Amino acid sequence: MTGLRYVYAVCRPFGTPLQAELTGIGGAPPALLHHHGLVAVVSTVPEADFSEEALKAHLEDLDWLSAAARAHEGVVDALTTVTTPLPLRLATVFRDDSAVRTMIEAREDHFRSLLDRLHDRVEWGVKVYLEAGPAESADTAQAPAPARPASGRDYLRRRRESSHAQEEKWQRAERFAHGLHERLAERAEEFRLHPAQNPALSGTRGQNVLNAAYLVSRKHSEEFVELVDRTKDEAAGIRVELTGPWAAYSFTGEAKS
Amino acid sequence: MTVVERREIALVDLLDRLLAGGVVITGDITLRIADVDLVRIDLNALISSVNEAVPSPFEEVV
Repeated sequence: MTGLRYVYAVCRPFGTPLQAELTGIGGAPPALLHHHGLVAVVSTVPEADFSEEALKAHLEDLDWLSAAARAHEGVVDALTTVTTPLPLRLATVFRDDSAVRTMIEAREDHFRSLLDRLHDRVEWGVKVYLEAGPAESADTAQAPAPARPASGRDYLRRRRESSHAQEEKWQRAERFAHGLHERLAERAEEFRLHPAQNPALSGTRGQNVLNAAYLVSRKHSEEFVELVDRTKDEAAGIRVELTGPWAAYSFTGEAKS
Repeated sequence: MTVVERREIALVDLLDRLLAGGVVITGDITLRIADVDLVRIDLNALISSVNEAVPSPFEEVV
């Protein structure tokens, strides 16, 4: 079976060796391919899994996608402990080392300018959720008898009140998220707003109001994390989640903010 | 530095970054399988297939 070259990231040369036990996609150990003063971090993947047809089928298989995404992130995360990697998108594959070298030659200026921009910076993810209020579940679960409307008119009035209350909660959550984002964006060099996460896919409680990524220097990260931590108890019924530090996945395009 | 408890990373957080972020390399490569559109379409298909099974909690009959 022939193998293809999977590329995880491009970095500047770094002195520290990769952890010996580190594995990438399919359990293969990643290797460093030096070329033109840059390093591509690569591993061999079976062509049977990464041909166009096979990959298309795999990407619709949540278990395969999940394993591949975790393996990709595992290698990139290991790189963040020794350097500032420029992560490539999932499933970037080349025929052989020579094709990887050609790609580096074609893009070396672009890689260098991105690596300069991201040097010593990490990405933090901040999500804000509107929690399902305990009041609503208590109403239906614990007090079914008094909740029963006396008349049709009564029923309609309650429905209006309930949807009005829900609307107010949304507005409050959005105001909170907006205020938090403004404060965080001030401390970050750049930010990206990702689309709100689908609760069916995330499996988390509550409605996602803010799903943002912030590019922060390592030096200022402690301060940034503390700022997020402090907001966690600011508003009832709203949950703030922090993820990271990530390699700067969300900041590999053109600078916007 | 404050230690942020690092639970297992959620798949959606990974996909936000690995499928929507990262350097996209297209063009004169031998295989064009990392094509953005291909990946986006497949993710959309995946999400909509998940959605069909789980109706929106806010859907109300008026």
